[in-house]
This record gives sequence, structure tokens and C-alpha cells, in this order.
Amino acid sequence: MEFFSNANDFLMWTKGSAFTIAVSIFIVGVLVRLLEILLLGRKTDYSEPRGTEWKGGLKNIISRSVVDKGTFKRAPFVIVVGYIWHIAFLVVLLFFVPHIELIKAILGLQWPGLATPLVDAFAVVAIVSMLAMLWHRMTHPVMKFLTTYEDYLVWLVTFLPLITGYIAFHRMIAPYPLALGLHILSVEILLIVFPFSKLMHAFTLFIARWYTGAMMGRKGIES
Amino acid sequence: MTKQTLYEMLQQQGISRRGFLKYCTALTSLMALPPAMIPTVAKALESAKRPSVIWLSFQECTGCTESLTRSHSPTIEGLIFDHISLDYHHTLQAASGEAAEHAREQAMKDNYGKYLVVVDGSIPLADPGYSTIAGISNLDMLNETVAGAAAVIAVGTCAAYGGLPHADPNPTGAVSASSLIKDKPVINVPGCPPIPTVISGVLAHYLTFGSIPELDDLGRPKVFYGQSIHDRCYRRPFYDKGLFAETFDDEGAKKGWCLYRLGCKGPMTYNACATLKWNQQTSWPVESGHGCLGCSEPNFWDAGSFYQALSIPDGDYAKAAGYAVAAGVVLGAAAGYANQKIKAESAAEHTEVSVDDFSLNKKQ
Repeated sequence: MEFFSNANDFLMWTKGSAFTIAVSIFIVGVLVRLLEILLLGRKTDYSEPRGTEWKGGLKNIISRSVVDKGTFKRAPFVIVVGYIWHIAFLVVLLFFVPHIELIKAILGLQWPGLATPLVDAFAVVAIVSMLAMLWHRMTHPVMKFLTTYEDYLVWLVTFLPLITGYIAFHRMIAPYPLALGLHILSVEILLIVFPFSKLMHAFTLFIARWYTGAMMGRKGIES
Repeated sequence: MTKQTLYEMLQQQGISRRGFLKYCTALTSLMALPPAMIPTVAKALESAKRPSVIWLSFQECTGCTESLTRSHSPTIEGLIFDHISLDYHHTLQAASGEAAEHAREQAMKDNYGKYLVVVDGSIPLADPGYSTIAGISNLDMLNETVAGAAAVIAVGTCAAYGGLPHADPNPTGAVSASSLIKDKPVINVPGCPPIPTVISGVLAHYLTFGSIPELDDLGRPKVFYGQSIHDRCYRRPFYDKGLFAETFDDEGAKKGWCLYRLGCKGPMTYNACATLKWNQQTSWPVESGHGCLGCSEPNFWDAGSFYQALSIPDGDYAKAAGYAVAAGVVLGAAAGYANQKIKAESAAEHTEVSVDDFSLNKKQ
């Protein structure tokens, strides 16, 4: 490494200024994009309300997580692997003790962690499901047609933290500060790309569900 | 170099041949050599002549010398250290001033090209006045002494990587010995202080093979620094099970659980503490209930708090996040306002079109 005299310096850079920059870009980007959507507002609805907005909105946020039968029949692979991936990823993100320490230090929140071999198993599931989704995307004719470069970029920046985390945990690259530094750097790349890509769905999904549910709720119909 | 061999010296000190061979076996295993090498090691050590060693103490705290000399009972490691001809060492030599400097010059002259230089402490480059010996700057003394050396051993993290004097903001402009010495082999033996067995092991390797051991990317002998504390830690099973001490006196701490959450730097630290231990194999920091500080790694003083988990970022991210929230709200509001304006403008510019406008019979 030319910019760093050793792996420890690289690790300290990723934990120091690189992290500060990435978090700042992430916060600014997410806030701008969310405010842009929210401030645009909705058209005023002059009709007489037949139900409440908030009830339908909240219900829809939860109920849309339940798999729709028709959708499942049309795209079982995407739904099954999609669910497996999201659960496995969230377990690794939220229940690995070093991650909990990070969240505790930044947000002051904490909860019990899982045994590391269990987290490791979920990491393998997450990695395999991501590879399966990439294969599906590249081979399924409709998916192939719909895929843009952004989809591959989003896949890559999500995959890198997983694979580098796996490598760091299993200490497959020596010295360890290099492995850990690469993992942290990959997360920082993810944080920077996040607000400006489809990864924003992690936030916008709830806004979209709310709007749909609230509209239906106002009309007093099932959403 | 004097005529007496190491084995003769050990015999004089009352060490039996059996004891000597036991030590050779341990040393062979320590240096990760195959058992077939034991006779070679024994033979080499038996006939090893006393090498002249010049010990240069620069910006240091004497902890490294203490580590090596403060053994409570005489050990063969200690005797190997006794065996070398330590021709110059500020702390240990009786002579001072001109007489001391004369001893150094004499040793250099007598053993030119053959003596070993041990560097202990960092070298100030900002102003030579920060550390001088007999009016000679550390840098000048290093350059002059190393010129005729066979090899240089940088003992302690200060000499190896700059250590505490090098820590931010580094007022003395402290640098490591290896950053200044380019034409001689330099063996880094970092640690704050290094394990005595490691210092004597490096000397024994040099006595046995007449060469320096295989080094890693940071110039450390792989035999002693090849594995991390984490990989050899007896508390590792608790890390794997997810059992961690959360304070220094909770149930977990009493049960000897993993110290990761209390800031242990074992996962990123390469040293032999977990296997060789300290004070005649009595204990070592993690065994005594305190996390590893990572003292054998470069810039360990500046690698975040000793009591924060390794995964916690070290920068000024909280302040930056505050500014980022403010900037995000302002920019988001501006973007929202701009979008509203575009919406309002397009609404204003919208002209009503009726079916009459498309009628063929429309009056001109």
C-alpha cells in the first residue's frame, strides 16, 4: 500500500476520517432524498373520508410484508430467496457482537448478541443467497431485460461487506488489520452509494406503503 | 570476541548438560524448527562465541531493559543475555561520560563489521536537542554505530515503530530505527516491553545460525510474531460462544469470559504473550483480566481507546453527523422548495384544452 505505511494505518484511516466522511455523506444523502419526497406532498383530497388514514397506513406497512399468493406463484424464487437474504443479512448486521458494540457506541442502543458460529452460519446463507440472486438476474430472461448497471453496482456494494466480513471473521487475509480495514471500507462504500441508489428502498418502502395504505384507509377499503 | 563458549559459560554457572539440551529443545520448538534441528541448535550454541553487543538507548523509558534483566530467578534466557559481550549500555554500565563513549568506540573498532547493535527507543528528528548522549545527537550516534554493525535489533515498540514518543502530536519528531537504517538488516522486536524470551530468542537465533530469522511485513521475526493474540488466546472459546465480560467486575469477568467488549486488541495484535506468557510463564495481561493493548503493533497509542471494542470507530463522527443532519435538512428543504416551485410553475403554465380546440369546424 502506497498511501499507508502499514495495515494498521489503513485500519485507523477506515475507522477514523473515512468513517466520518462516509457517515456524513450517508446522512446528508438520505435526508435530502427523504425530504424531497415528503415535501412534495399529496394532492388535497376533497372527498368525504370514510375511514382513517393512519389506521390504513400503519396496517399496510405491516400487511405488505405478507406474501401475496398471486405474486408468489409468478415469482417464487425472488420471494423465497429475497426473504432468506433479508433475514440472514439482518441477523448478521444486528446480532454479531462487534456490530452491537458499534451500534451501542453510535446510537447508545444495545441488545444481546448471538453466538458467533450461529452468526457465521447466517453470513454463509446471506452470501449464498446473494450469489443465487445474481445468477437468477443474469439468466432469467425478464430479469435480464429489466436489469441495469445500477442493479449490478448495488449488488456489488452490498456483497462486498458480506464477503469481506466473512474473510475478516475467519482471518483469511493476513494481517488482520488489513482484513478488518477492507471490511470497514466496503461498508463505507455501501453507505456512500446508499442514498443515491435503489438501496434507498430500505427507507422509501415504508413511505410508499404508508401512502398507499393511508389512501385506502381514507376511502374505507381494504388495502 | 573472547574465547569462552556459551556452553562453557553455562557450565560455570552450574547449568547441567541435561538442562542445556532441554533448553535447546524448547528453543528449537519456539523457533518453529523441526525436531531434527535440535542437535544443530545445541552444537551451534555450544560453540557460540561471545558476540559484541552495543545497546543504544534513545527516547525510551528503560522498560525494555527492565523486562530483560528483572528476572526473579536466573534463567538460561538471562544467562544467554549475560553471555553476550554487552560493551555499551547506559543503564547497566558503570562507566559514564567520556569513558562510556570510549567503550563504545573501542567495541566498534575491535569488532568492526561483526558486532550487533541493539536500539532501544525512538530517534527525535524535530530537534536533536530533545535527546543527546555525551553531547552527541541520537541520530548521529545511530548512524555512526550502525555503520560497522552486522545487524541491528530494534528492541521495543519505540525503536521498532516510534512507540509512545511517536504518538500524536509527536512533538520531538520521533521516528523508528528501521525508518533510518537502510543498508543493514534490522530485526524489529516490538512490545511495550517485549517478552524477554523473545529478545533472547532472537539473540539465540543469531548465535545459532549467524543470520537473522525470517521477518514479517513489519520486520518482526515470524516465529514469535506469526500468530495473533486472539488466535492463541485461552479465552477464545468464550468469544466463539458469544460470552463476553461487559465490565471488569461482572459475572462474565469473574468467569474469565472474552474481553473483546472491554477493548481487547488481541484480534489485531501479533505477539507471543498468549503462548510464552510473562514472569517465568506465570501469567499475561489477558489472563490477569485486562484486554490486550496491542503494544507490539505500530501506532498502538493512537489506535483508539484501550477500553473501546475494536469495532468502534475512532474519528470525530458524532460532530460530523450533527453537521450532516443540519446540512441534510437545509439541502432537503431547498430541494423540496425547488420541486414545489417547478410544480407550481407547470401548473400555472398549464393551459386548458377543450375538444373545441381540435374541432375541424373551429372558427379561425
